[in-house]
Amino acid sequence: MLFHEILIVGGGLAGMRAAIEAAKKVKDVAIVSRVHPMRSHSGEAQGGINAALANVEAGKDDNLDKHAFDTIKGSDFLADQDASEYLTYHGPETIFEMEHWGCPFSRTPEGKVAQRPFGGAGYPRTCYATDKTGLYLLQTLYEQIIKANIKVYEEWVVFALGHENGNCYGIIAYDPNSGELVPMGANAVIFGTGGIGRIYANTTNALTNTGLAMGAPFWAGVPLKDIEFIQFHPTSLARSHILMTEGCRGEGGYLINNKGERFMKNYVSEKVMELGPRDIVSRSIQTEINEGRGFPDGSIHLDLRHLGAAKIMDRLPGIRDICLSFIGIDPIYEPIPITPGTHYSMGGVDTDIDGACRMKGLYAAGECACVSMHGANRLGGNSLLDTIVYGAKAGKKASEYVEDKEKGPKTKVLDEALKKEESKIAQWKKGTGEGNPYKIKNELSEVMVEGFGIFRNEQAMVKGLSKIKELKEKSKKLRPAFNGKKYNYDVIGFYDMQGNLDVAEAIATGAIARKESRGSHFRTDFKTRDDANWLKHTLAYFTETGPRLDYSPVKITKYKPEERKY
Amino acid sequence: MVEFNIFRYDPDKGGEPYFQKYQFEPEKGMTILEGLTYINENLDPSVAYRASCREAVCGSCAMHINDMYRLACKTQISVMGSKITLRPLSHLPILKDLVVDLNPFFGHFKVIKPYFIPKEQPPQKEYIQSIAQRKKIDAWLDCILCGACYGSCPVAGKDENYLGPHALLKALRFVDDSRDGGAKERIAVVARDNGIFRCHTVFNCQKVCPKDLDPSGAIARLKMKTVFRKF
Repeated sequence: MLFHEILIVGGGLAGMRAAIEAAKKVKDVAIVSRVHPMRSHSGEAQGGINAALANVEAGKDDNLDKHAFDTIKGSDFLADQDASEYLTYHGPETIFEMEHWGCPFSRTPEGKVAQRPFGGAGYPRTCYATDKTGLYLLQTLYEQIIKANIKVYEEWVVFALGHENGNCYGIIAYDPNSGELVPMGANAVIFGTGGIGRIYANTTNALTNTGLAMGAPFWAGVPLKDIEFIQFHPTSLARSHILMTEGCRGEGGYLINNKGERFMKNYVSEKVMELGPRDIVSRSIQTEINEGRGFPDGSIHLDLRHLGAAKIMDRLPGIRDICLSFIGIDPIYEPIPITPGTHYSMGGVDTDIDGACRMKGLYAAGECACVSMHGANRLGGNSLLDTIVYGAKAGKKASEYVEDKEKGPKTKVLDEALKKEESKIAQWKKGTGEGNPYKIKNELSEVMVEGFGIFRNEQAMVKGLSKIKELKEKSKKLRPAFNGKKYNYDVIGFYDMQGNLDVAEAIATGAIARKESRGSHFRTDFKTRDDANWLKHTLAYFTETGPRLDYSPVKITKYKPEERKY
Repeated sequence: MVEFNIFRYDPDKGGEPYFQKYQFEPEKGMTILEGLTYINENLDPSVAYRASCREAVCGSCAMHINDMYRLACKTQISVMGSKITLRPLSHLPILKDLVVDLNPFFGHFKVIKPYFIPKEQPPQKEYIQSIAQRKKIDAWLDCILCGACYGSCPVAGKDENYLGPHALLKALRFVDDSRDGGAKERIAVVARDNGIFRCHTVFNCQKVCPKDLDPSGAIARLKMKTVFRKF
């Protein structure tokens, strides 16, 4: 049976940074990744990564505490403040580490790392490499993985954990090249599987970002924390929902309604305008659309024309390229039609500040995890920082954890876990064969936009939840086609669908229970934040009959919750 | 109506590869990748292909589409016409249908030491690099390792040891970086028989690159650097 002292699930930024850190201490570290590391969704991040470097004149008064405060205020005070502080205090050293590994950041005239303004931040704090920061960071870490000679199981998809008595002993993975389910033993497992955007129809996320990213820990009894908090990015390209970076507005882009008006002045102060935090800007855009001030195709315009060709080519070349290729528009001459799109999950697999889960030997970092440092709304530019800072931390803690552990797989536990998955698949094969898993996936994604989108209310959410339960019932009748063993995307699609349905149900249940508005969770029937009753984290535990909710306190260090105004 | 004519090969079943036809009504603005998704979800879940970002950044979906290697996600059905033929990348072993084994491709990539080799001890903060120095590497950075150049390269087809346009371009990305100190060792690697001098300057790589990069130009620049080093 395969065994590695530490197994990392996911080869994006969090997973690779965890692997590099773990390998400093532990020889036998391997990555299992659903896609080749260079295909990871981290590479689609565009605008930048936050750190209070004070490299540009307008940011000279910036410091680590101001970054922490902006993050906590942005979170609508749901973040654990020690986690936000740990994140922001490690910002500068993280940027320098990436730079020392060759990351090609854009430069200031003095030759330092360039920084641009981003939403919800008091200073230009977002370090960038044109508008391809995620891609260049991903290249940088993949290069280090090659240098450190860390083994990667490419395109293996993890379906389940092997665990016993609250201890994690490995994973069950599908190897598409052999077509087999493979048990893999480990003394510690780190999840860095990314986001779940594909649960929603209007997502900026890659096709591979499904509920399965959190499925295996969730099914194994690890709770999902604050999973009802889903970020809607203000600017995704009409139709395809490809991300249009916040950097567009950071560089001075305007949001314009069908009256030709820069409408953000009606929602935030004139000083902030388009650079409000994402939850507020998305709600403003959706309000304009809902009240009839959108364009005939249902969009709002992101206008870059006044920036001029030179600035667009220098700072936003990738955005121009995407617009030309995918919608036939050149933003130098035409405004870009956008709508808000489902972008990021603030919630995720519950971890403590060390990245450790409520299961010994299991860790999580990056978007799939919830430490929580982003609370109810993440600031743009903080997620790339999160992946690297907390990826490294989880890697370090896991390497300490395995130190005194006996090497070798717990074969009995893993064999049982394997049998469980095999019988699950056998059960599916016995389905009556009504329906199509992709139709259920697509229908679910519409239900989520309808019921659990930017504006939520009791009635629509209850309707949405009953629809989710209905789809779950329907999914039990399906029978996979299972054409052959190798590269059987049908079996992966089945697990994706299960992950989508179960995580969607957790989002729905958490959202219905939380009777307040906070950050990205905005209820038209409870419009204000309610700290007396709801300054607490939601914990959703998987059960066969639907998620069981519990709550845990929010860690406050020195920032007293206050009204959030921009 | 559009007709997709897809290369099929199933190692489980053995036998010869063949082409299978699928017809459907495309939506306005539909890409080749969305067409494949449509086929997968509605007509035949057994067609194997790679896809992830659907926005030309992850490099998963490079394949031969009608006359050229392209990214399926970046190619509009309407531009390709009503008959569309899809084949896997050339010069690499076929695993199933449109999925090829990329191990040889990444194997070559790893040979050129594709990681930063510091020139000096890193400073306390960042290395200082001028805007002009940073600009010098700009043209070599955006490679997404999709393999379109490799599939289109006749030399890669003849010589499996040839490092390939992707690996050579990556070598220049570091050679031209003012902060990197590994130029000498990298040039020693790319100047071997299976490196830059194997390139026949056919320009296919430059023609097909979905990120509009110029591996031919990069190889020419490496040749120049190598020759000048000899004197």
